[in-house]
Amino acid sequence: MDRWRRITAQQRTLPDETVPVVLAQAGRHGPVVYAVSVAAQARGISEGARIVDVQAIHPDLHVEQADAPGDRKLLDRVAHWARRWCPWTVRDGADGIVMDVTGADHLFGGETAMLRDIGTRFQMQGLTARLAMAPTRGAAQMLARFGAGRVICDVEDLEMCLAPLPVAALRIGADTDRLLQRLGLKTLGALMQVPRVALMRRFDRLAEEINPLVLLDRALGRTADPLNAPADARHWLARVRLPEPVIDPLPHLEALAQDLCVQLAEAEQGARQLRLTIYRVDGEWRSRDVATASASRDPAHLLRLLAGKLDGIDPGFGFDLLTLEALRVEPLALQQDHLEGRRDAQRDVAALLDRLTARLGPDKITWSAWVQSHLPERVEHALPALGHVAGQAPVLDRARPLRLLDPPEEIAVLYAVPEGPPARFRWRRVAYLTRRHEGPERIAPEWWRDRPGTRLRDYYKVEVGDGRRFWIYREGILGDGRGGDPRWFMQGIFA
Amino acid sequence: MLPDSPFGQVISLSHKHLVQDVPRPGDAAAPGAAVLRDVLAGGPFDAAAAGFVLAALPDSAAPVLWVSDRMSRRENGRLYGPALAQFGLKGPILRVEVSHPRDVLWAMEEGAGCAGLAAVVGEIHGAPEVLSFTATKRLALRAETAQLPVWLIRSADHGALSAARERWRLSSLPSQMHPDNPQAPGLPQWEAELFRARGRAPGVWSAGYDCSARTVADRLRLVSRSGDGPLAEDHRAAADVAG
Repeated sequence: MDRWRRITAQQRTLPDETVPVVLAQAGRHGPVVYAVSVAAQARGISEGARIVDVQAIHPDLHVEQADAPGDRKLLDRVAHWARRWCPWTVRDGADGIVMDVTGADHLFGGETAMLRDIGTRFQMQGLTARLAMAPTRGAAQMLARFGAGRVICDVEDLEMCLAPLPVAALRIGADTDRLLQRLGLKTLGALMQVPRVALMRRFDRLAEEINPLVLLDRALGRTADPLNAPADARHWLARVRLPEPVIDPLPHLEALAQDLCVQLAEAEQGARQLRLTIYRVDGEWRSRDVATASASRDPAHLLRLLAGKLDGIDPGFGFDLLTLEALRVEPLALQQDHLEGRRDAQRDVAALLDRLTARLGPDKITWSAWVQSHLPERVEHALPALGHVAGQAPVLDRARPLRLLDPPEEIAVLYAVPEGPPARFRWRRVAYLTRRHEGPERIAPEWWRDRPGTRLRDYYKVEVGDGRRFWIYREGILGDGRGGDPRWFMQGIFA
Repeated sequence: MLPDSPFGQVISLSHKHLVQDVPRPGDAAAPGAAVLRDVLAGGPFDAAAAGFVLAALPDSAAPVLWVSDRMSRRENGRLYGPALAQFGLKGPILRVEVSHPRDVLWAMEEGAGCAGLAAVVGEIHGAPEVLSFTATKRLALRAETAQLPVWLIRSADHGALSAARERWRLSSLPSQMHPDNPQAPGLPQWEAELFRARGRAPGVWSAGYDCSARTVADRLRLVSRSGDGPLAEDHRAAADVAG
């Protein structure tokens, strides 16, 4: 919900605070409520209810589409961000983060101060967080979700803290929860007082993740419940520290590139995106990015790409630290060279793309992409060669000019015959006499794309006196009710 | 038997006049195919040069690097993709569209060192200062080292100094007879003049391109223009074969 509010606030005005807002997700029988706003919670709307039911009860309900994968991604990122407090963090379910702060709280001035710090920083990020601290992971997640908020629970009063919580806090699934409710075991305290043997007999068939006894044992610390935190993303970085500030980065680049490539080779990775940063003595830094068409860890190639980018970099009074990092890497296995010394064609083209793109810019080096369209200038459009592949050209049965003027240039008609192309026309200040012609080929405007009132085109292939062949068209016909006299345009030149 | 006249007459040439030994300029199998060649446009707004280059590109599925500067795109229009299939081009075109001729030459030099390309084509309009003899010499040496055909299309240039191994001048001729419609232009015809070449005799040919020909080698056809001087001297080999 917080994420939705932040994204929406950037694009449009949020609905009023008093309007209940819910995020909907596809359910088994139509959309169901995924998350609710504060106003909606106050009205008693709960998650998992069907949207149609809620809408019937609250006609002023504002429904939006939820983005569950986006939420999960955000939570993963937040879990990594939370490593600022402790090294072991992991995402817990769809809406929680578990942090193992053992031995880390004194760095923030004790447990209370740390909890306050965490709460403040989440608030600064615009996220609502319910926090709890407990000796075990299970107890902490139960207290955070069902407790009174900002609870700090010690080992001695663990059972006392957990006793008033409902059994649903164990996350045992709806069936087991209903069974325990029917048995009259509504709180964890009641569950703890039941003789263990009796419960064992009833629940021994249940899987570990939803078995109330196992979960309770974990929460009370009777069995081990270790945290399996995902490893930090590896940072591919090579750096050179200089004893004296220097102006020219070029002599140090080779060592940097080799260092980075050795690191990449050990992990069998290749760089797709690189960033060279210089840290100047006056505290400023400057960076240059280069990208490659295919993963590479060839120091000579990376060096050539970077060397072309150094022209505009401003060293100021010199710099004393130089780093080269790979921002994006891809797996790259060792490749066998050709035995007879021939060069690999595909790798060569990829390297050429890198060099051209690094110097001229990504939008200058293009492949052609094709769209279905009747208008000749819309058929082809350019895609940056870095990151795309060449498309298959369409097969046309009509003659098309080899060179296309874009936009078409208007020609002045000097003498026209009633049917057919102009007998004499002037283009770029030269008069031409039409000898032979072919056409017309009529191309109607694309009504699903063009503005209303766009005129049709009649294309002619004309040959002038010295043999040059042009592609001209007349826009509109006389009396089509879409403007005055038709105009003539030159659009292409045939070979 | 060739339908060689705009008036629809069929002119039959004797075997002696049918020049057989004109090698296709871009034939990869021919020795010394991978060199730098200049193609000058005979007149303004004439796409014959580009058509001739496309017709002479090697028959390969590898991409072709096509570099052009802004002036040539503005003057002559940009290369139009759907028409390329008519010239039998199999590989995709890697376009590099830059504004200055200096960048065109740099990109061509980079491309000439790349073994994965089928050919490198550059377009430069006018005679800018950067396109000096030295620059063309560098390109020529690169092309010969990398064994890659490199073409340079120079429009609005009247034959400035160049180190290209072959220099052609292309202009349009009235097209051939259309098989169905006498009012319509038919297959293209160009006047191809080889005015400077290393290792072969210069000459003037009338070049025709027919994409429906069965083999690639037959598509681009160079026929000696009549009234061109003694053919026997220009093409001794053909005369020998003819007896």
